[in-house]
Parts: sequence; C-alpha cells; structure tokens
Amino acid sequence: MKVRSAAFKENARAALGDEALQAALAKAKGGFVDKRRIAVEGLPEFDAIRDVAIEIKEHTLSHLDYYLEQYESQVIASGGQVHWARTPKEACEAVVAICRQAGGRRIIKGKSMVGEEIGINEALGAAEFEVMETDLGEYIIQLAEEPPSHIIAPAVHKTRDQISDLFQAHHGKYGLTERVTEVATIVNEARQVLRDIFIAGEIGITGANFLIADTGSNVLVTNEGNGDLTSTLPRVHIVTASIEKVVPTLEDATTILRLLGRSATGQEITSYTTFSTGPRRAEDLDGPEEYHVVLVDNGRSELLATEYRHMLRCIRCGACLNHCPVYGAIGGHAYGWVYPGPMGSVLTPLMVGLTDTVDLPNACTLNGRCRDVCPMRIPLPDMLRAHRERAHAQGIGGGLFGIGLSLWAWLAKRPSLYRLAADRFSAFLGARGRKAGAFRSLPFAGAWTASRDLPAPARVSFARQWRRRQAENK
Amino acid sequence: MSAAREQILARVRRGLKRDEPLTADVVTQLEARTTAHESAVRPALGADLVARFTEKLSAVSGRVIPVPAMVDATDGLLAYLDEFDLPRSAVVSQGGLVDEMVWPEGMAVEWRVAGGSDRLSVTGAFCAVAETGTVVLLSAPESPTSLNFLPDDHIVLLGRSQLLPHLEDVWHKLREEVGDMPRTVNLVTGPSKTADVEQTIQLGAHGPRRFAVILVEQA
Repeated sequence: MKVRSAAFKENARAALGDEALQAALAKAKGGFVDKRRIAVEGLPEFDAIRDVAIEIKEHTLSHLDYYLEQYESQVIASGGQVHWARTPKEACEAVVAICRQAGGRRIIKGKSMVGEEIGINEALGAAEFEVMETDLGEYIIQLAEEPPSHIIAPAVHKTRDQISDLFQAHHGKYGLTERVTEVATIVNEARQVLRDIFIAGEIGITGANFLIADTGSNVLVTNEGNGDLTSTLPRVHIVTASIEKVVPTLEDATTILRLLGRSATGQEITSYTTFSTGPRRAEDLDGPEEYHVVLVDNGRSELLATEYRHMLRCIRCGACLNHCPVYGAIGGHAYGWVYPGPMGSVLTPLMVGLTDTVDLPNACTLNGRCRDVCPMRIPLPDMLRAHRERAHAQGIGGGLFGIGLSLWAWLAKRPSLYRLAADRFSAFLGARGRKAGAFRSLPFAGAWTASRDLPAPARVSFARQWRRRQAENK
Repeated sequence: MSAAREQILARVRRGLKRDEPLTADVVTQLEARTTAHESAVRPALGADLVARFTEKLSAVSGRVIPVPAMVDATDGLLAYLDEFDLPRSAVVSQGGLVDEMVWPEGMAVEWRVAGGSDRLSVTGAFCAVAETGTVVLLSAPESPTSLNFLPDDHIVLLGRSQLLPHLEDVWHKLREEVGDMPRTVNLVTGPSKTADVEQTIQLGAHGPRRFAVILVEQA
C-alpha cells in the first residue's frame, strides 16, 4: 500500500470536514470505550493478568530465536511448511509461489493486518488471482476500494447508507434488485453472496493472533466465523503472521486471550477462537490438504535492541485507537498507511521511515490515555516522543512549527518578559472567555478553533497566583 | 528462503546481544517452563459451574437447554426444531453422546461434512468451559469442522461431567486424553455475529445464526 502519511495535515483537515465520516466516528467512539470499561470492571483479576501477560511477552522476546525455531519445527512435525520473509516483497513472493503451485485461482481471505502491511492483495491481483475478502468489514472496504481505517473494525468509517450504496452498485450481478437498508438485511445479503464464494474458494489466507511454539498451532480470533470457513473449506490454508506473534504455550496464549477480547470489543471471549495445527489428518473428512505459514519480519528483529522493543508486545486490540482523541476526531485514513492511531503512529515511521511520517508522532497530544488502556502497558507516548526527538536530531519536519517553537524558546529564556506576556495574555483572554469558559472561534487561531474549542485561561496566571499566595502565607 | 531464515534469526540474536547459541542450562530452563504448562492467574469462579456456563453462554445469545438424562434430550431437540420451524433432518458427528441419542421419529440424520445449504447440525463436544460459556470441538473423522460453521443452526449435546472450570483445563484434558493437537480445536462461544455495520451487533454473519447446547445432567 502506498504511504500517504506525508499528507497527514491535509488528510486530517479533510476528515474533519467530512460529514459522513464524522457521523460514523461519532457512532463508534463511545461504544468501544464503554464496552471495554464494563468488561474490565467485570474481571477483578484484569491487572494481575496484565502483569503476567507482559511477563510472557517479555520472556518470549528475550528468547525469540529459540521460540521461533521451536515453532517452526512443530509446524513441520505436524505436516505444515514455514516460509521466512525478511521484507514485504519476499512475503508476497512466498504467498504467490504457494498459490501458483496450488493450482487454483480463487482465493478467499480472512482479515489480516500483516496481509495489509505486506500488500498481499495487490501482489495476488498482479499475479492474476481472484481475491475475495470475507470478513464483512473487509468485504465492504474491498467493494469501496479503500484500505481499512481501524485494525479491528476496518469499515468503521462507513455509514449504513454508504454500505447500502455499495451493495446496490456491486450486488446486481448476484441478483440483488432492491436496495438493502437495515443492518439485518445488509448482513444477510453479504452472507448469501459470500456463502458461494466460500464454497468455491480454492486457497484460504488468514492471519494469526498467536503462534504457539510448543504445538506449532496458529490461533485465530473472530466473531463472524469467516476465518474458520477460510481455514477449513479450501484445499490450501496459508497463514500470514509476523514473528512477534509467537508465544511459548497454549496456557500463555490463554492468559493473553483474556485481555484481547476485553480490550478490543469488551468481549470476555469472541464467538470463535480457533487453534489450527498443520493440514487435515489422514482420516479427516474436511480441512485443508496443505498448510503453510509465511513468517514476516519486516524490520521487527531490528527493534529488539532499541527503545521501540516494547512495541513488539502489541496484540493489535485497537484499544489505543478507540481511546485516542486524535483518532476519534479524524479516523484512520488520515494517518495514510496501514496502522492508524497511537500504535500506528509508532509503527508507521519504523516501517516506512520517519521522513514522510513525522506528522504522525507530532499529532499526538501526549494525554497518555493510550498507555493507560493498553493491555500490554506499552509506553506509547514515550515512543512517540522518541520519534519527535529523532526527527529533531535529523532535521526532519520543523517549518512554521519550528519557527514558533524558537520564538517561544526565546521568550521562555527571559523570565520577566515571559511573565509579563503571560499575565497580559491570560488577563485579556480570561476576561473575554469568562462567561462561555471556552472560545469557539478566535482571531489568528482559526486553525485550532475550526475543529475544537479553546478553553479560556484563568484571568490571573499561575505564576502570579502563586506569588500572591506565598506572600499571604508569610 | 533459508537465507531469509538465517538472516532473521541472526538479526534476532544480534538484537538480543547474543551471538552464541543458548547454553544448555538456559535451554533446560526453557524446556522446563514449557512442560510445566503453568498459568499464574485465573479468574475466580463461583462453585456452581452449570450456572456460570449458562449465564455466560446466554449473555452472548447462545441457548442452554437443560435436561435430566439422555432420554430427555429427544424432547429437548424436538421443542427446538418446532420453535424455529426446522426440518427433521440434520448433519451430525459421531461418537460420544451423539451415539446415545434417540432421534425423534422420522428424523433423517447423516454423518458427513456439512454443505452450504444444510439447515441443522447436531454434534457432540470434547468438553466445555464454565469460565466463558465456551464449547470445545475437536476435528476428527467423526467430527468434521464444517459441521460447526456451515449450517444455520448448530446444536451441541453436552454432558454435565464434560464441564470444566477454566480454559486451561481444556489443554490439560487434551494432553491427557488425545495427546497431539488435532488439526482444529474450535472454542465456540455463541452464534456467529458481526458489528461491522455501524457497530450494531447482528447475529448470523457467516457461521450459525443460532447456537444451542442440550446440557444433560446425568451424562
């Protein structure tokens, strides 16, 4: 997928003015947050399980070579094959080669963020395979020819009306004559159309939420059941997974599963949690005859020795997106690549370079909500700050923002002048904004107030109040 | 591709500041950690596993049909078929409680893989988990995985004695009774659903529209 993060500011501005997007985001926002909160409150052991889960991930990362080799030998022992890929290009080549050898053209897919990361659909399309997404959200955005805007709810930016339009435009060939407008009829229409596609599928590609070193299994978490049909019905099952998905045992995966569903959708467990190990057994009546895993590095191994290592604990639950005020205001597409929100603002510069993506860490308000809700307690704000420091050291970005910052620094180094300016500024704005408490518009601050209010400052500055109080207490 | 494998593993080792292979001592520790199969924290459960299982599965739109004994399962099934106006035919698994089932008169049951137009499957289960209201299904010649996903309705025959407290207990039982992992282990908790249209939960996305467990007290 092309990186469009350099246009973050324009993308964000357009997103703020996009009424349909704002309506869709408004619908989603509270729901995710409330559901997670209720689920976490319902499990008194949540924080204790978090501690254990972090230990598991840190232990695995500290012995990652050992567990990857163990995982590989277990996959082979169960009759499967492992293909290692250093880059997205190598990963796509591996998948295309497996598909060519398999001899089919019809590919069905379960949702996979690593698949998005390596651009597998484009690669398969270029090799003349027919690829159908089967997760409803992924299916919708495939019809719309758009990338996902959320890592667990890929079509969260679409309104029901827009989905009705898409089905009307694309389902005529399946015999749809009447516009479907209710949630139930939309879902049922997709069910009917995709059913034949499932059954005709020759190759199934899924992602993995975990890889189990002890057993050589991949774990797939879904609610729709599309992942299971994709991994069961076709003759060949291909799993695309990144190297940090490995955990030592089934018990370790179980511990982390208790956090995943609750953090993502507020579910104690999803409808389907599936452990797949190798191809079908000799006497089995169904299941794939071939089982392949494409293990993707794409720069992850290089993070182990850096301050970004903690990012490898990420289990892709999406809680940081759901609690991020920036994501909530602009949605996922504005970020310009596969991973949006706080985790994406850390990962994107690491995977595609900082030069064109510096606006992502810069957009962060450092409010810290993402770190608080992260089930793996990943210090996301610290890593975003590290990106900023790196950008500054390398002279990336800056511009008008840099000039403003230099002006502020000049003033801040002159305390009496700074105090005078601050006093005047807060007295003026504080008096004017006293009644409303915030400004809806302000001269020279249109860029700020176009999409948010500016809280009015106190009429007397903190430094002045402090001096007054100290004097009174004497 | 083996060049990629060697390079990735070398980068990982370099990242861990360890150019040498792991010492025998460390390997022994790692092996011990794996075979211990420990899990430090499990959610506290009440004493009544049936109540917990029923509460959790019902909360996600699954149905629990309690019956005293296998002879009563027939009536439980009939009532369900009537309620949802289902035909008296099903694709079924073999073994376990399914073999003890007395099928309603005139009901056609067939042991095979499921197809796209099958309305109903009736299967046994390996076990179930009270913690989350989850049913555990293993792939085997007797129990093809497609039975769990293609039909509109999936009914599971489950004995009270198959109910385990926590998810970890499944792995213990699996190692004791089966040994190696089967091709597929399905943890199923309720019917198929999606929230991809405006975050509104809709049942019956791609898998079963309804999911029911006939829970047999004396089995």
